Amino acid sequence: MLIFLLRRLVQACFVMIIISIISFAIQDKLGDPVQQMVGMTVSPEERNQLRNELGLNDGFFSQYWRFAKGAIHGDLGTSYYYKEPALDVILNKLPATLELAFCAILIIIFVATPCGVLAAIKPRHLLSRLLMIVSSIGLSVPIFIVAILMVYVFSIELNMAPSFGRGQTTEIFGLWHSGLFTKDGLKHLLLPSLSLAIALMPIFVRLIRAEMMEVLQSEYIRFAWSKGLSAPRIYFKHALKNTMLPVITVGGIQAGTLVAYTILTETIFQWPGMGFLFMDAVNRVDTPLVSAYLIVVGGIFVITNTLVDLIYGLVNPTVRLASHGL
Amino acid sequence: MKIKVIIACCLALILWNKAAATTLRMAFDADPVSLDPHEQLSESTLQFSHLVFDPLLRWKQNGQFEPRLATKWQRLDAQTMRFYLRKDVTFSNGNTFSAKDVVYTIQRLKRSPDFRAMFDTIDSVSMVDEYTVDVHTTYTNPLLLNIMTYVFPLDKAFYQGHDEIIKYGETFASSNVSGTGPFILINRELGSRMELKRNPNYWDKDTVGNVDHIILTPIHADSTRLAALLSGDVDFIFPVSPIDMERTKKMPGIQLVTLPSTRILLLHMNQKRRVEFQDVRVRKAINLAINKPLIVEKILKGYATPAGQLSPDRFLGHINDLEPEYNVSKALDLMKQAGYEKGFRISMMAPNNRYMNDEKVAQAITAMLARINITVDLKTLPKAQYFKEFDNRSADMMMLGWQSDTMDSNNLFEFIIACADAKTGLGAYNASEYCQPSIDDDIRQANREMNPERRLRLLQQIEKTLDKDAAVVPLYWQSLIWAAKDNVKIQDIVNDQNYPHLGDLFIETP
Repeated sequence: MLIFLLRRLVQACFVMIIISIISFAIQDKLGDPVQQMVGMTVSPEERNQLRNELGLNDGFFSQYWRFAKGAIHGDLGTSYYYKEPALDVILNKLPATLELAFCAILIIIFVATPCGVLAAIKPRHLLSRLLMIVSSIGLSVPIFIVAILMVYVFSIELNMAPSFGRGQTTEIFGLWHSGLFTKDGLKHLLLPSLSLAIALMPIFVRLIRAEMMEVLQSEYIRFAWSKGLSAPRIYFKHALKNTMLPVITVGGIQAGTLVAYTILTETIFQWPGMGFLFMDAVNRVDTPLVSAYLIVVGGIFVITNTLVDLIYGLVNPTVRLASHGL
Repeated sequence: MKIKVIIACCLALILWNKAAATTLRMAFDADPVSLDPHEQLSESTLQFSHLVFDPLLRWKQNGQFEPRLATKWQRLDAQTMRFYLRKDVTFSNGNTFSAKDVVYTIQRLKRSPDFRAMFDTIDSVSMVDEYTVDVHTTYTNPLLLNIMTYVFPLDKAFYQGHDEIIKYGETFASSNVSGTGPFILINRELGSRMELKRNPNYWDKDTVGNVDHIILTPIHADSTRLAALLSGDVDFIFPVSPIDMERTKKMPGIQLVTLPSTRILLLHMNQKRRVEFQDVRVRKAINLAINKPLIVEKILKGYATPAGQLSPDRFLGHINDLEPEYNVSKALDLMKQAGYEKGFRISMMAPNNRYMNDEKVAQAITAMLARINITVDLKTLPKAQYFKEFDNRSADMMMLGWQSDTMDSNNLFEFIIACADAKTGLGAYNASEYCQPSIDDDIRQANREMNPERRLRLLQQIEKTLDKDAAVVPLYWQSLIWAAKDNVKIQDIVNDQNYPHLGDLFIETP
């Protein structure tokens, strides 16, 4: 276990270094940060002077070296727009994104699992067929269409939920502004988390169905039937547990998709989280913030995948992490 | 007894509700990057300045000046103007406003990299008495009043000593504010929210404005901004994208307000990159081949004015009979005369999120130029990347929009068509690389000419030369489009510079 975690740490460092190099290499393509800071009428000469002051005229390697030296001390640069350390800016926006992702994951777990199981147990049932049709539509419709449609139906036409923002938040332990504890905050969470969940749900419904159907054909389930075990016990104790293994793996990989989708969802709903921050940073050529975001998200990936591997071991004790070379 | 208390409480609650603050929730596409009004010369900074500060004078909708912190002004001699200041004004922290603040502010403006170009013309400011200042210019300047609309007096006692202007770091002025304006900032979360309340001691007691509380949310996505208005989450938005216009107009309870702006959209034809563009006949042909009224009608849904010159009709240099001309056969003829009957291939770049429907306009132009056998390789980019390419002059043809800061033609000429000079910044946006020394002379003269008649002739002279040389392709002047709920009377407070005077905004309570 310890060896596994150590290995992961070393891997994580490599991943971070590579991400930081890539994010540095693309900076040049994002645009000119100085142009964002000055008015249209500032002369080219003054712009150049500002560029010098910011060290933007230095070569790639000296800029990267400066960044790397800071990064070792936990300083990922200062955001041009927020004028604060980029890491602080991101961590400030992290709670909003985590809450959104958390709610979406809850919806996925509590909706996708029963749906998938139902579709597997009663494949010919009308409801199952409907579920399959809906999920294949869900897979093929892009998230921003779903989100815009939901805004149109639920906020403009029915006036049931607000169309943007996070609403009222309360402070928890002085470090976390949460929208989960006020009615207004929950109302604001509804549409964004629902559209995020809808984007990811179909794949899980289909995956759970397929895996479960396969498990139900296996020897030990048939044995359980012949032994006369009750149906719920077979389905939920024996079959579902083994179904979940591949689902967890896919879930870990989908964490990446989740991050990508938060960027879209947050942009559409003006959700003040990390994804929205990232889109803004790209538009404003806030390169330190862009690099810092990519590194933080890289870190989140490594952590979720490590967690997934650990959970894997818990669900199926036969999987031995260290010997798997993971 | 108990019941009486409850009734009294209910009554109090009802009364309190009646007197409850009128709140304006607005969503614009950007919020100010800094609380320092001198840090960046941008639309959102100036919008903010009009909320928390007051200018000495400001533009009215009809193009006249309206006295604000200066009650009147008078020209003493060719290079000196005297401003008389309002006496009963205090800053939001209680300090009294007087001439020292004006002197201080103008001196600070002269230090600001963004405002310096405009304020270089002011040589010095002197205090005559506590409520009178004299502004001395280095040479005669016909646009002094236009420039003075950018003077929003700062509280000298509050800022002095820690008033450095830094673009990439936190400063005292970028996070603290003390102004005389109709509103006081209460809190701000950069990039997501700004909250202001009415200044209870505001000097202008005659205003009809009744907004007590403003919540400004920057919403970047057009569809989200509009949805926020339609769902009732906000009361006032800017801008509205042209594709949503029809739908918005039909919504009950929502009003659409538009004003023609002075922002000119144009195409540069780079004469250094392309030898073909050095031939005036080719440039003329391109001008003739682009059907500007059609672009305005079909792509911008009529929310623009087709242009045959750079100066909009509000500006002094505007010539009434310079109308855009569209004539493909004449264009083909000119191409033939120039020896390019078979046409040629050029590259073109345009932004895709800077101006109204910019990408679609560029595509339409590509199709129109194909009719005179010019094949255009079009590349559209987000504004952040585009303007970098623009500065590098990366394509043969480039799109640009320009709004004159001084509300005068000469500013257009100085930046768009004067010969490029990196030191002075003249011609910084001249991606045509067009250089006509006679125009530079006229620009210089117009900058100092005090006689309006002669100045008019000078500016019109430049427009005529540009037309004769077909130096650039003027396309259209874009309109500004705001939308609000019907009870928010925005039509009286918006203006063509897009600095809504929210202090005077009246909201009808239903």
